[in-house]
Amino acid sequence: MAIENSVSSVNSVSMQTKVIQDGLWHNNPALVQMLGLCPLLAVTTSVVNGLGLGLATTMTLLVSGVVVSLIRHWVRPEIRLPVFVLIIASTVTSIELLMSAYFYDLFKILGIFIPLIVTNCTIIGRAEAFASRNPPLLAMLDALAMGIGFTVVLVLLGGLREMIGQGTLFAQAHLMFGEFASGLTIVLRGDYSGVLLAILPPGAFIGLGILVAIKNSIDQYHSRIIDNNSVLVNNGDSTHTTTASGR
Amino acid sequence: MKSPSVFNHSSPHVQANTDVAKVMLQVLLALLPGLLVIFWFFGWGIWIHLGLACMTAIACEALVLKLRGKDVMLYLKDYSAVVTAVLLVIAIPTVAPWWITVFGVSFAIIIAKQLYGGLGYNPFNPAMVGYVALLISFPLQMTIWLSPFTEFGFVESVNIIFWGFDAHLSVDALTTATPLDELKTRLALAETVSEIKMSGIFGAIAGIGWEWVNLAFLGGGLYLIYQKVISWHIPVAVLSGLFITALLFYLIAPDYYLSPILHLFSGGTMLAAFFIATDPVSSSTTPKGRLIYGVSIGVLIYMIRTWGGYPDGVAFSVLLVNMAVPTIDYYTRPQVFGYQKLDDTKEE
Repeated sequence: MAIENSVSSVNSVSMQTKVIQDGLWHNNPALVQMLGLCPLLAVTTSVVNGLGLGLATTMTLLVSGVVVSLIRHWVRPEIRLPVFVLIIASTVTSIELLMSAYFYDLFKILGIFIPLIVTNCTIIGRAEAFASRNPPLLAMLDALAMGIGFTVVLVLLGGLREMIGQGTLFAQAHLMFGEFASGLTIVLRGDYSGVLLAILPPGAFIGLGILVAIKNSIDQYHSRIIDNNSVLVNNGDSTHTTTASGR
Repeated sequence: MKSPSVFNHSSPHVQANTDVAKVMLQVLLALLPGLLVIFWFFGWGIWIHLGLACMTAIACEALVLKLRGKDVMLYLKDYSAVVTAVLLVIAIPTVAPWWITVFGVSFAIIIAKQLYGGLGYNPFNPAMVGYVALLISFPLQMTIWLSPFTEFGFVESVNIIFWGFDAHLSVDALTTATPLDELKTRLALAETVSEIKMSGIFGAIAGIGWEWVNLAFLGGGLYLIYQKVISWHIPVAVLSGLFITALLFYLIAPDYYLSPILHLFSGGTMLAAFFIATDPVSSSTTPKGRLIYGVSIGVLIYMIRTWGGYPDGVAFSVLLVNMAVPTIDYYTRPQVFGYQKLDDTKEE
């Protein structure tokens, strides 16, 4: 799946658009590649947790992607994976230290999942499949698109689970944005006791499954529209050959 | 009956006069005595929840079938959704609020049954998935049962189910933990079984009320075996798995471990053995596999009841063993007549 991105890059606008579309939608790390599911499922109990982990992952992707891309001509293929892992690990360590310095409460909540960003397959996957074969600017764009795609899913899933499980949205927002953000918290219903299932691990799996299903059904809907259009165009021509437009 | 020429048809030549709908109706008939006993001991709530559950089940089933572009009436007429609803309602306390039933049944039908492909494709028993979803989501509402024989009429039931309060009575005074729950709590306080049995919640065999519920389901289950709706393998295996494990520990320390008879007639044992574990879709299909499947459920029920965090372990046991069913079936395929035994290692 990732191979298709690694076509030797032509730094053109269409390439950039494709990279952005892939990261956000067609090759979304969480919904299509199904990478990094461990933090995705474990941390998304609320919007703020999801956003925090998503931004940390995006930062890691960005820094490691650019560095890997910069050194791509000097790294021998035999040792490329250990080199990538070293780069990613040092990036994650720096981000962990930064978070414990500036967002200590959030850092405590996310706990083990910050250092575990190292093991997030999305990061080594993008380093290997994209950054090591493309120039730094394009690698940066790809890292941003993938990171944002991942973060959006984390936030959506976090919102879904927080809403059903606790009946709130943006709870504990002050952990991330400072004290003034504590007013952001929305309580949907006062006497809502919450569906514990949504907060527990099964809720994460069911929620992710539903998000993937929604994404697929949107794709199917669009391809059906495209199919119908192509049939219409062909009928407009007086030729009766309908193109076998694959999905 | 028509007499089709044997020569013009492929086998089987002898066919039972049955289909899914008839089987499901017989299951419903066999559940009736149990429902009546629950009504006798725990009040009108069971019928209210039953009505709610059936309506929810049919609505959800129709909705999803419509979305999937299937023939709605064809699948609705097989009554499988109704059976799921009834099995789930039996496990829900009669004084639980209405949305408990609606949530549980929707979860069972939409997520546990239809999202996996509908009747015949669900790897897990839908009713038990619904029950477990309820139990871990709403532990408070799912563990409060009315004390048996409480004067709790139809109007009171409606009030408590739909509005969550009753004008005349304090519900807290009328409700109680189930006998298994009570036993678990007090065993943890280092009381002996015989001391706890003095407390008046136990009848001749097991908990007051619950023993009769279990006897009724035992009777319904025997009717199903007599009608050849289910085979004897799974119920016998579940009950003996539970009985033998319980007997073993009971003989070692009768003051710490409940007697095997008490286990057989407590909680959902009989319901599980005859009606839930025997679900034709999610259970094992080979004769030997059914015995392994049943014994595993029985032993797991004992383990969860005795050492687990929940007072009853029927639903968790059935779901856990459901997961093992493909493996059990793979290793217990019966030998085809006339063929040598397949050697799995040589197949590759």
